[in-house]
Amino acid sequence: MEVNMGNVLGLVFANMHDTTLGDLTKNRTMGSVMFGGRYRLIDFPLSNMVNSGISEVGVITKSNYQSLLDHLGSAREWDLARKKGGLYILPPFGNVESTLYRGRIEAIYGAMNFITHSTAKYVVLTDCDVITNIDYKPIVARHIESGADITVVSHTGQYTSEDLKTATVLNTNDEGQVTSVLIQPELSGTCNCSLNMFVMNMEFIVDMIRDSIARGKVSFEKDILQERCNELKIMAYEYKYYFSKLNSTGTYFKANMDILDPENAKQLFVPKRSIYTKVSDNAPAKYDLDSIVKNSLIADGCIIEGEVENCVLFRGVKIGKGAKIKNCILGQGTVVGDGAQMNYVITDKDVTVAPKHVLTSSAEYQMYVSKGATV
Amino acid sequence: MFNKKECVAMLLAGGQGSRLYALTQDVAKPAVPFGAKYRIIDFPLSNCINSGIDTVGVLTQYQPLVLNEYIGNGQPWDLDRIHGGVHVLPPYQKATGADWYSGTANAIYQNIGFIDRYDPEYVVVLSGDHIYKMDYNKMLEFHKKKGAAATIAVLDVPKHEASRFGIMITDDDDNIIDFEEKPKVPRSTLASMGIYIFTWEKLRAYLIANEQDETASKDFGKNIIPDMREAGEKLVAYRFDGYWKDVGTIESLWEANMDLINPNIPIDLYDPNWKIYSRNPVFPPQSIGKNAQIQNCMITEGCVIDGSVEFSMISDGVIVEEGAVIYDSILMPGAVVKKGAKVEYAIVGENSVIGENCQIGARPETIENKDSWGVAVVGHNLKISDGSNVIPKAIIYEDM
Repeated sequence: MEVNMGNVLGLVFANMHDTTLGDLTKNRTMGSVMFGGRYRLIDFPLSNMVNSGISEVGVITKSNYQSLLDHLGSAREWDLARKKGGLYILPPFGNVESTLYRGRIEAIYGAMNFITHSTAKYVVLTDCDVITNIDYKPIVARHIESGADITVVSHTGQYTSEDLKTATVLNTNDEGQVTSVLIQPELSGTCNCSLNMFVMNMEFIVDMIRDSIARGKVSFEKDILQERCNELKIMAYEYKYYFSKLNSTGTYFKANMDILDPENAKQLFVPKRSIYTKVSDNAPAKYDLDSIVKNSLIADGCIIEGEVENCVLFRGVKIGKGAKIKNCILGQGTVVGDGAQMNYVITDKDVTVAPKHVLTSSAEYQMYVSKGATV
Repeated sequence: MFNKKECVAMLLAGGQGSRLYALTQDVAKPAVPFGAKYRIIDFPLSNCINSGIDTVGVLTQYQPLVLNEYIGNGQPWDLDRIHGGVHVLPPYQKATGADWYSGTANAIYQNIGFIDRYDPEYVVVLSGDHIYKMDYNKMLEFHKKKGAAATIAVLDVPKHEASRFGIMITDDDDNIIDFEEKPKVPRSTLASMGIYIFTWEKLRAYLIANEQDETASKDFGKNIIPDMREAGEKLVAYRFDGYWKDVGTIESLWEANMDLINPNIPIDLYDPNWKIYSRNPVFPPQSIGKNAQIQNCMITEGCVIDGSVEFSMISDGVIVEEGAVIYDSILMPGAVVKKGAKVEYAIVGENSVIGENCQIGARPETIENKDSWGVAVVGHNLKISDGSNVIPKAIIYEDM
């Protein structure tokens, strides 16, 4: 079925699940968390929408959004600086009635003017905590074909009790229709988990939100998906491609390390479905005479004079002579002094590590060094 | 309504660059990839914006397709402006007829209308084939202070190299009293860098006069500067002491690339106050594999490296497979080097594929006859089949 993606509006929730990443989101939104050497998490949903043909996107923010605004700028890098459509940033208090939202429903309600102003017939909603290269076109097509009120993108797989602590689990019948919903269940094992990406008809979402607000309902998952499960037609769309869902510093670390595997990288960085990000005009990465680099992702602007293995280095990282860095994620502008040693460390932006300093942690628990710190 | 600009830059980018052979077969020289993530034209364009010159005319003629697309609206260099910005200026048809640009001076002459719209006091004339970082504004201040009609940037070169350049002979006060083109016995070591600042009113008059002379070659070096000197205009030399390199030949292009990874050569691309901007290709970060060995290199986004790479410049989207060896070479954007292939002292053009176990180029010490050694070149978009051998100094135009 051919879908006209010009009829689709995108909504990205930049702050949703902020608290799960702890210190990484202390001064920024989930959407502006650094990822994969040169990205911010919001690059993935935005690029996915643009690559799927969606050219009108609203980004709903709540707090800490200065870094997000700086990153998005005019949205030219995502090709969303348009006269018709393009990117809209929707901060709280956008109109007289809107407040600091408590849940997804109030968040959408705060963007109501933007939504109702659009001529789109369908709305695709997504959070920023799932890292994947997804094409929304077949999902919208299936949504239309099935006549669903809500289509939920989900994945059936093995989940630990830790994973499910923050998850929404769907039970479906043979047709893929959702028959019941479990929210943050104390379970583990094989189940069908929501990726917090939804497709809805425009009319449905507008009515549903107004109705919910009138009745004082705030949780989309609990008050809509769970409570009205049998009354509405909610369809699950099984997503079978590569993705990482973040819900802790540990999953964040693992998601970064996962893309060192070329097979995963191939599924995330697909030719002609590029992941766009802000351009920062760094010079190429420079490898010195004594550098040893293995199994790592290196961004432009890095200058490497030491040893780097199993690492993700963001733009402009400097590794001093004789330094030995293993299993680390080093944020933009991190400077590692000569002879320093690091293992299982995540540094935020602009961290300085003194020469010969030793920072080691473990695979189970990675040390985090906050933005601008000197250690 | 055009806002007045004090200074407009005109960038000569129309030359064929025939001494780059296969590398400029379908691409104008200024659009040739350089320094892992740049194209040659990024240097003068970045210099312009970093010097505060926001109005640039780029004169194109030879194979402009790639160059035009690359420059686009000028946004990567912050040259997309409401007033001014970058303008690509190909030859065009006029009421009186249509002419190709017949020389550097003629190219500017044909665009007098473009320059006049900004009513500038000064015009900077630049070349699209030099690698350097230079503050044109300092040179402009010098030009103003001297009250010159024309200022020519010069570089003090070693005496034995002076005969390769146009040499300026000056008095103690930096006034140019004479000049000679590629002299056998140079009288000075001040080489022209091909960078001029003119007082527009003066240049405009000399361009028009030069056009009247049908025998003239309509060239800055051969006509305009000599004409100005004969007429007694004040010509001064502006001494530049940074890094500057003409990349008009295979050897100099290769050398200039290698200069970027030579710690003894003073060109710093990492200075945040003088960034060299370029159009960004949208790639993931470079992925360095488990078998990779990388030393003394510059590598950029989108590369997947699992082989050995030393003393080389690796452009965006290049793939070096496991067991492949790259020494002292330049791999241009999208080049692929398959398993077991060896690339030494070579330039591999954009999107060319080097098959398994190929040997491209060789180290100079392995060649007995030094005259037959040189950098090997594989042109753009070529396929070199498995096991092929490209000898040093060879230039490959077709699949093999």
